[in-house]
Amino acid sequence: MSDLLTAPVKTSTGRSLRSEEMIINMGPQHPSTHGVLRLELVVDGEIVVDVIPHIGYLHRCFEKHSEHMTNYQQVIPYCDRMDYVAAMNMEMGYVVAVEKLLGIQVPERVEYIRVIMNELQRIASHLIAAGTYGLDVGAFTPFLYMFRDRERILDLFETTCGARLLYNYIWVGGLSHDLPPGFIDKAKAFCNYFRPKIKEYNDLLTFNEIFIKRTANVGVLPADVAIAYGCSGPMLRGSGVDWDLRRDDPYSIYDRFSWEVQIGKGEVGTAGDCWDRYMVRIREMEQSLNIIEQALAQIPEGDIASAIPRRIRPNAGEVYVRTESARGELGFYVVSDGSATPYRVKARSPSFVNLSVLPEICRGSMIADVVAITGSTDIVLGEVDR
Amino acid sequence: MSPQEISEKLQSQFGAAILEAKIEGIIQPYIKVASVNVNDLALFLRDDADMQFDYLMCLSGIDYGKNVLGVVYHLSSMTKRHKITVKTDVPVEKAEVPSVADVWPTANWHEREAYDMYGIVFTGHPDLRRMLLPDDYPGHPLRKDFKVPEFYQGMKVPY
Amino acid sequence: MGLLDKQFNNSNVIITSLDNLLNWARLSSLWQMQFGLACCAIEMMAAAASHYDFDRFGVIPRATPRQSDVMIVAGTVTLKMASRIKRLYDQMSEPRYVISMGSCSNCGGPYWEHGYHVLKGVDRVIPVDVYVPGCPPRPEALMEGLIKLQEKIRHESLVKKTA
Repeated sequence: MSDLLTAPVKTSTGRSLRSEEMIINMGPQHPSTHGVLRLELVVDGEIVVDVIPHIGYLHRCFEKHSEHMTNYQQVIPYCDRMDYVAAMNMEMGYVVAVEKLLGIQVPERVEYIRVIMNELQRIASHLIAAGTYGLDVGAFTPFLYMFRDRERILDLFETTCGARLLYNYIWVGGLSHDLPPGFIDKAKAFCNYFRPKIKEYNDLLTFNEIFIKRTANVGVLPADVAIAYGCSGPMLRGSGVDWDLRRDDPYSIYDRFSWEVQIGKGEVGTAGDCWDRYMVRIREMEQSLNIIEQALAQIPEGDIASAIPRRIRPNAGEVYVRTESARGELGFYVVSDGSATPYRVKARSPSFVNLSVLPEICRGSMIADVVAITGSTDIVLGEVDR
Repeated sequence: MSPQEISEKLQSQFGAAILEAKIEGIIQPYIKVASVNVNDLALFLRDDADMQFDYLMCLSGIDYGKNVLGVVYHLSSMTKRHKITVKTDVPVEKAEVPSVADVWPTANWHEREAYDMYGIVFTGHPDLRRMLLPDDYPGHPLRKDFKVPEFYQGMKVPY
Repeated sequence: MGLLDKQFNNSNVIITSLDNLLNWARLSSLWQMQFGLACCAIEMMAAAASHYDFDRFGVIPRATPRQSDVMIVAGTVTLKMASRIKRLYDQMSEPRYVISMGSCSNCGGPYWEHGYHVLKGVDRVIPVDVYVPGCPPRPEALMEGLIKLQEKIRHESLVKKTA
C-alpha cells in the first residue's frame, strides 16, 4: 500500500482529518467485468483499499456433469462450454489428459490439425481479449476491427466442423471431421491476410497515447507474486517470466515448430503492467501465425479416425495434464476407477487462478484502474466458475 | 530430481508421516502423507534447495466413497523442472486438513473451492468461505451422497 | 406497458393511428441491456459487432437497465444469479421485453439434468417474450428472434382486448 493511504491527511493547521472507507459494489451486471463477476471494492475516496472478488454466478457444475456422463467422450461438449472463447484449447486439454490415461498415440495428421485449430483459436481468443480490453478503457473502434477478423477464423472453423463457437471437434484419439477440401489454402490465405492486420491494431490501439496512459504502470504484477499466486499464460509472461507450456512442458507436437515465447519487458512502463499483458497477447498472435504456417506446410496425409477407440474404458488410475490454453495453464485432473465414466474430473482453470491475484494488484490504485486491471487479466467467467 | 529421489528424501526427512510412495507402475507417481503433516511437508517442498516446488499447479478435493475424502496437490518447480503429486486422506466425520495458503497463496482459492464442494475444512485458512455456491446453499455438491435440493429460495431446482 | 395501455374499450381512427406510431417508435429502437451471462454473450457481442451489425435494427447496447427496452438473457442462469436477474428486470421501465437467448436460458440446456446450481429456464423468474433456440444460437438466429419481437410489438394495441 502506498504512503498516501496510510499517512493521515493533515489540514494546514496540522489537524489530521478522519477519512471513512466506503464499500462499492461492482457487478455482477457491469459492462466491464467480462461476464458476471462481482467485485466488492473497499475505497477510501477514489483509492482502492481492497478488492474482494465474488465468483460463482456462472457455476455450471462441470465437475458434477463429468462424473455423470455415460462415457468420457460426452464430457467434451461441457469442456467447450467452460471457456467458450477458446473452446478448442479446452477440448485439447481434456482430450490430451484422457489419451494419456488410455495410452493412445494419435496419428500425425490429427496432431497437426489439432495444433492448427488450437493456434487459430488462440488468435481468436486474443482478438476478443484485446478488443474488449479496448472497450474497457474507452476505445470502441478496435473492437469492431478485431471482431471483423475474428469472423474469418470462425468461418474456417465452421467449414471444418459446422460450429462457430463450441465445436466438439477434438475427440479422444482423433477428430470429428477431417479438414474439408480447400481448407489449407483458405488457412494460408487467412495468415497472409491477418499478418498486416496486427500492425493495424498496433497503430489503432497499442501505441495510442490515451491507451498507454490508461494501462502503462497500472496494475503492476511482480514476477515473484505472479508465481506464488500460480498465474500463468499471458498474465505470467507479462510479468517477464519466460514460461510457456508449449515449450517448457511440451505436449502434442509443439516441439517441432520454431517460435518465440513473448514476455513483457516494460517497454512503456514497468514490467508486468497492464500494457505488457496486453502486448504479450498481441505478439502471441503473430507467433501463433508462425506455428500455423509451419504446420500447414508440413501437414501429412492420413486417416484421422484410425486411433479413435471404440470403447473408452481406461484402467483405474489418474492423471494430471496441463496444456497452454489462450489464458494460461489449463490442467485436467482425471481419475478413473476402471469404469466407462470418469470418477472425478477437476479442471484447473487458468482464469480462476489468474483472478485470485486481482486483490493483490488492485490495492492502492484508482477505481477507474480496476476496470483496466480486470480487463488485462482476460478472464472468462465460464472458466472461473466452471 | 526424479520422483524416486524426491520420495527418498522426503522419507528420510519425515519418516512415518509418509504413508505411501507409489513411483513405479502408474502414469504419475504420487506420495501419500498423513493429513496433519501437510503444512510442514509443503513448507519443506517449497523451501528445500533440492526441491524448490514454487508452483502449486492444482489442488483438488476428491470423494473416495466409503466416508473418505481426499486432497490432492499437484506441484511443479519452475527452476528444477520436476513435478510431484502429494495426496492425503481424511475421514468425512473429521475432514480437517492444514491449510497451505501460507505456503502458496494460490492455494487460498483452491482450498475455498474444495471446502465449498466437499466440505473439507482447511485449518488455518485465512478466509474459509464458500467460493462458488451461495452461502445458504444446502450441502456440498460433489460428495457422492449429495442430493439436489428440491427448492432453493423458492426456485425449483430439478428440471 | 405505458399509462394508456389497454385503457380503451373501443378502437377508432385516432387510437389505431396512435397505436401505429407508438409501435413503430418502439420496435425501431429497441435498446438492449448489455448483459452477457455465458457463451451466448460472445455470439451476442458478435451480433453487435461489425460483421452482423445489430445497430441497423436500432439495437444499441446500454449498460443500465433504466435505459433499456429489451433484456437479452444470453447464457446460463444460475441460482446465485437468478435473484439478480429478477432485480434487473424489475428495474427496467415499461414497456420492457425479454429475449431468452440459447438453450440454457430457455430450459437449462445441457445442464438440465445434473445442474444442481442451474436454473432450468429463465422463465421461472421473469416472463419471456421470445425464445431463441440453439447452443449457442448463431447471430442470425438472434436477429430472427429480434425480428419476431418486432412483429410482436407491431401488433400491440392500446385497446383492451376482450376474450
